[in-house]
Amino acid sequence: MIDKYVESASTFSGDIDHLILLVTGIVGFWWLLAEAVFFYLIIKYTAQEGVRAKYIAGEDAKEKRWVSIPHYATLVFDVFIIVSAIRVWQDVKQTMPQADATVRIIAQQWAWTFVHPGADGKLDTADDIRLVDELHVEKGKTYHFELQSRDVLHSFSVPVFRLKQDVIPGRTVRGWFKPTMTGGFDIQCTEICGIGHGLMPARILIHTPEDHAAWLLSQTPATAALTTPTEQTGGMR
Amino acid sequence: MSSTATAEAHGHDAHGHHEEQNFFLKYFWSTDHKIIGMQYLFTGMFMALVGGFAVYVFRMQLAFPGMSVPGYGRVTATDYNALVTTHGSVMIFWVAMPVLIAALGNYLIPLMIGCDDMVFPRLNRLSYQLFLISVIILFASFMVQGGGFGGAWTAYPPLAAKAEYNLTPLGAPLWLLAVVFEFAAFLLGGINFVTTVMNSRAPGMKMFDVPMVVWMIIIASILFMASVGPLVAGAVMLLFDQTLHTGFFDPNKGGDPILWQHLFWFFGHPEVYVVLLPAMGIVAEVITTFARKKLFAYKTVLYTATGTGVLGFFVWAHHQFIAGIDPRMANIFSVTTLLISIPVAEMIFVYIATLYGGSIRLQTPMLWALAFIAEFLVGGVTGIFLGASGADIYFHDTYFVLAHFHYTFFPIAFIAVFAAMTYWFPKMFGRYMNEAWGKVHFWGTIIPFNFIFIPLFLLGARGDHRRIYDYTHFPDLMKPGMQDLRVLATLSLVTLLAFQGVFLVNFFYSMFFGKKAEANPWKANTLEWLAPSPPPHGNFPGGLPNVYRGPYEFSHPDRQDDYWPQHVEGNQS
Repeated sequence: MIDKYVESASTFSGDIDHLILLVTGIVGFWWLLAEAVFFYLIIKYTAQEGVRAKYIAGEDAKEKRWVSIPHYATLVFDVFIIVSAIRVWQDVKQTMPQADATVRIIAQQWAWTFVHPGADGKLDTADDIRLVDELHVEKGKTYHFELQSRDVLHSFSVPVFRLKQDVIPGRTVRGWFKPTMTGGFDIQCTEICGIGHGLMPARILIHTPEDHAAWLLSQTPATAALTTPTEQTGGMR
Repeated sequence: MSSTATAEAHGHDAHGHHEEQNFFLKYFWSTDHKIIGMQYLFTGMFMALVGGFAVYVFRMQLAFPGMSVPGYGRVTATDYNALVTTHGSVMIFWVAMPVLIAALGNYLIPLMIGCDDMVFPRLNRLSYQLFLISVIILFASFMVQGGGFGGAWTAYPPLAAKAEYNLTPLGAPLWLLAVVFEFAAFLLGGINFVTTVMNSRAPGMKMFDVPMVVWMIIIASILFMASVGPLVAGAVMLLFDQTLHTGFFDPNKGGDPILWQHLFWFFGHPEVYVVLLPAMGIVAEVITTFARKKLFAYKTVLYTATGTGVLGFFVWAHHQFIAGIDPRMANIFSVTTLLISIPVAEMIFVYIATLYGGSIRLQTPMLWALAFIAEFLVGGVTGIFLGASGADIYFHDTYFVLAHFHYTFFPIAFIAVFAAMTYWFPKMFGRYMNEAWGKVHFWGTIIPFNFIFIPLFLLGARGDHRRIYDYTHFPDLMKPGMQDLRVLATLSLVTLLAFQGVFLVNFFYSMFFGKKAEANPWKANTLEWLAPSPPPHGNFPGGLPNVYRGPYEFSHPDRQDDYWPQHVEGNQS
């Protein structure tokens, strides 16, 4: 349903879409039923000359069935939704599959800095690639991310991954994703972070392994040195 | 009782030699619960215009980015954030709260339980005065250097705590101060409501003879008083962080920004039920009267309302699923959040069951009450998507959330309130509102309302995130059709706002020139309809009533009339 409008580009985006579809089916059915009964009763019992309303207290069990049966139905379907929701949640937020690479994502008013591991595959080494507002990843690889903030709360959201995580100053929040298709997509800040909140768009670029290798090669130490000052001035703002 | 506190003012049984109070004392220094109720009502209506203007300006900016909005001018990013914050905080703290709790509670409680005034009339006057101060401080926050606060109504630190981040060095603390005063006002009101209902019910009125709207206001007041403490503490801490540069929420000084979120939502979510329950109460009064039906399962409604209130204290962290709290907590709060659908749904089932076998008159108050049920259902079921933690990862902070809670808050703060205003208007002012114009206003509100928020649901599902003043920077949010939906929502909003003019004209014209109303125009059972319309000071000139039965004895088989007022002597049914 969601993937008709927003591409589904991570291993768990399909699970979240299925969960949404399931909830839509369940609540959609009950909502339609409730509205149908409601409008039927309004039409059926519109005041008519000489017809007196019934006197029903709704206190004995036989009458209360009209409320107690839907009550238990709500409970059953709630349990069903809870179980499905928690299964998806645990997969996305409570497990960390083995990572192929780790990226560090630093948010600030009003830009994103993405620290990619260089050719050595490790962070905090000389060949780290720091880019502002551009995250490069490879399709089919599992990434861990480390979220940090320099000032206020931000939120790292990649709609095509169905992924969202707030960024909190003073700590590092970790998570993971595994892209399943190539292309360039929006990264959004989804927590209000000041007057530039609307000016924090970034892009995630998902490459094929070949393209990714080519990109990595293009980020030679010489070009990396050129991008570093951009980030530095960004940090001083 | 109030009779000792204001004995000199009680001239209702001492005809002739009662000195007329001057205008100022009567309308601005009054201890009469009806005047205080109307002070809250008119202030709330005025603030609704403020909140409405704010949303008009920022929705125009979203539909037509960069345009000069008629009546405002160009909207900068700073303006946009301030307008969003103003709209949210005004509509919740200065419209929904004063109208649903304070205005209706003050006006209705003494009349409906059959006493002459609140137990603490002067506390009541103080409550409104504090509220008025909060309004003045709020307006001051718009005028100061740097402009009004723009950190959203949730005021998450560090953005809200540090001027270097929010760029409103004076606007932010003034906004927070206004909120603190507003809370203090409602604490006084809540104490008054609960004490009055416990102590001043008419002779014969047992707890289960109390009309549902009074019960609901009482439960809501208790919820408010129990939940607001942590937030007031948090607000003072935030005020210290802002002005004295303490570090309660500052990670660089050992504080924790997430702490504020817990304090805020521990209040913020029960707050939803604080305004929902009175709205549910209004709807119970209106649908029973206009369906000529006894309320289905009175006690069940009461228990579910209490259950909702209690459970409402254990759901707050569903606002924080992705805020960086321990992810295991989401599992617990997902369970409690979905479970709360049970009592809320049950209330709706009860109301639908009440319609069965009725004799339904579709006059304006009834149209509003029925619309509340139909529209609130949408808000209720869409909440399930957000309570389901896995789905919330995607929906959090998108327009889907926004559309969801507007489908709850708009029915609460406007649809139910319009039901109340049209229903009790003859009592308040002794005149009828115009029925034909009332229906024009009804359809002119309900139809555009859906055309605002259905597009916003769709935009949210397509990834539109909140509080962005210009989407043109996001290629994925400028796909074909998305801007059309934003324009549709904005034009519907303008239509909805225009139709509120019909209401205001009808309201003020009818107040002075409407058809005169008798004491009990809708043939309802509760005690306020025994008092003359409008009720004089002291409420019941013929002496305080006795109560013989419950409030919803409509169409009783032993009686010729299809209603049986609570004060009429006869068998307990």
